[in-house]
Amino acid sequence: MTRDPARPPARLTRWAVVLSRRNEAWTFAILAALVAFFSIAAPGKFLTVYDITQIAVNASIYLVLGVGMTYVIITAGIDLSIGSVLVLAAVAAAEYNIHHGGAAAGWGTVAVCVVIALGVGAAWGALQGVLVATGRVPALIVTLGGMGAALGLAEIATGGEDPSGAVAGHLQNSLGYGKLLGIPWLVVLAAVVTLVFGLVLGTTRFGNHTFAIGSNPAAARRAGIPVARHLVKVYALMGLLAGLGAVMWLASYGTTSIAGHSTDNLTVITAVVLGGTSLFGGRGSVLGTVIGVFIPAVLTTGLIVIGVQQYWQDVAVGVVLVAAVQLDQMRKQTRERA
Amino acid sequence: MPVVEREPLLSARGLVKHFGHVQALQGADFTAHRGEVVALIGDNGAGKSTLVNVLSGVIAPDGGEITLDGRPVRFNGPMDAQRQGVETVYQDLSLAPDLDAAANLYLGRELFRGGVLRPFSVLDRPAMRLAAVEAFAELGVSLKDVTVPVAALSGGQRQSVAVARAVAFARSVIFMDEPTAALGVVQRGRVLETVRRVRDRGVCVVLISHNMPEVLSVADRVEVLRLGRRVASFNAADTSIEELVGAMTGSLDDRPAAATDDGDEGGAP
Repeated sequence: MTRDPARPPARLTRWAVVLSRRNEAWTFAILAALVAFFSIAAPGKFLTVYDITQIAVNASIYLVLGVGMTYVIITAGIDLSIGSVLVLAAVAAAEYNIHHGGAAAGWGTVAVCVVIALGVGAAWGALQGVLVATGRVPALIVTLGGMGAALGLAEIATGGEDPSGAVAGHLQNSLGYGKLLGIPWLVVLAAVVTLVFGLVLGTTRFGNHTFAIGSNPAAARRAGIPVARHLVKVYALMGLLAGLGAVMWLASYGTTSIAGHSTDNLTVITAVVLGGTSLFGGRGSVLGTVIGVFIPAVLTTGLIVIGVQQYWQDVAVGVVLVAAVQLDQMRKQTRERA
Repeated sequence: MPVVEREPLLSARGLVKHFGHVQALQGADFTAHRGEVVALIGDNGAGKSTLVNVLSGVIAPDGGEITLDGRPVRFNGPMDAQRQGVETVYQDLSLAPDLDAAANLYLGRELFRGGVLRPFSVLDRPAMRLAAVEAFAELGVSLKDVTVPVAALSGGQRQSVAVARAVAFARSVIFMDEPTAALGVVQRGRVLETVRRVRDRGVCVVLISHNMPEVLSVADRVEVLRLGRRVASFNAADTSIEELVGAMTGSLDDRPAAATDDGDEGGAP
């Protein structure tokens, strides 16, 4: 993320300027302030190892979804379907698992289930990507339709009830409850995904083209960037990560939770936008999304710890979200006037 | 002898393009030589944009032929034209405002890190920035910081980025669509100075402009388009605004189109 490693260290003020230009700096300041506030308000109770682990586990699925959403929003798109795609991928994997050993299924079944979940997610995402890239239907509508259709298919397949025997014990005991050096595997997985796709976004051609398409699609096209194909890839990546989210959910909770993902899209979009990614496209970062995911997570835990009704978290996040977009809008206007 | 020397770099003959019932080009010709500035003028709807889009590979013609350096070419998209050394500075500049100047310069032609990172297409940002600074210096443009988003630059600086990108990669022709339309007087002078400098490097610059005094001051030759055809071609030194306007509006039509050059070299059907 450094801008110019060759700068002499004397240019500290320049660094400060560069830093303040980055959206992440502000969002991180808010996160740090929240952590500081709760630590002081509830000394010794907030930020215990247990808390941190719990926050990280709760955030890990949203983080994986948020990474994909960051790409989508940087292309000036949106994906409302992620919760439903997660459910559809989970149901597809669960149906296979039920007929191939149920809760006692072997590792082979687990592997196939993972592939099914990832495949269903990626395929659904790619389909939506094709419609966004080639049709005249805006991403908002394509994925709104996709949200309904994916959930509908999942309900048709299951009769609307979460099936039993959906998850193999092997998957739950490894990815679900297992730890690596004391860190839950779910957190490790989310961290690896975040790191990899953060680097891809920030340092590679794929990331550069993602920014360019969101910034000026016509210019991207004229520069020879295959815009339609790139958009399909981005939406497919979002779907793939929703499929991974399904695997993580199954491992963690042992059920498909068909009715439990209707607001995933709002939670994740909120996190991405809080993290400084512009809904107008062209600007954003995975690092910002990481911070954006943790702000609501810290708020929830913190409010519980200090004994305030946790529903205030929804109010607070809503207010901050609108303020963040307002700020983005103002910044865009002053920039274009310049 | 002069005929041999004036072998055109880019020439188009009998270009036809229609959009539905609209005949945008009706057998248009175009000629440009290495190391000259050609102004392409014409009234609104004369077919200037269509002609430039065809010549720069953005749209495919329905008929006619284009030769580049004597070889017949058929551009398969603007990228194909770029590969053959033909660049375009679009009127809207075609920059990604959120990317910095260096990233815009190399958009679609990024430089990558070598070694173990090569398979991952990791951008070599330091190399691109270095090259960008050089490219701007060569145009006499001083950009204080090539790492700020292009959106934060002034209109003139943005223009410079777009021009520098075309110049950095053009080997034969640069099309510039109304490059000074949105600029103030000082910046306008600077862009025209750049146009001359690029021409002096042996590249052909094709300027689309509405501004007649500007056309006469910077162009070596002027080609006039009317109703989808080339109706005249003048040496800038030998013509006047009145004559250009006359050719554009058709009030010279009853006179013979004497200056239209090179009707019959080549001969391939």
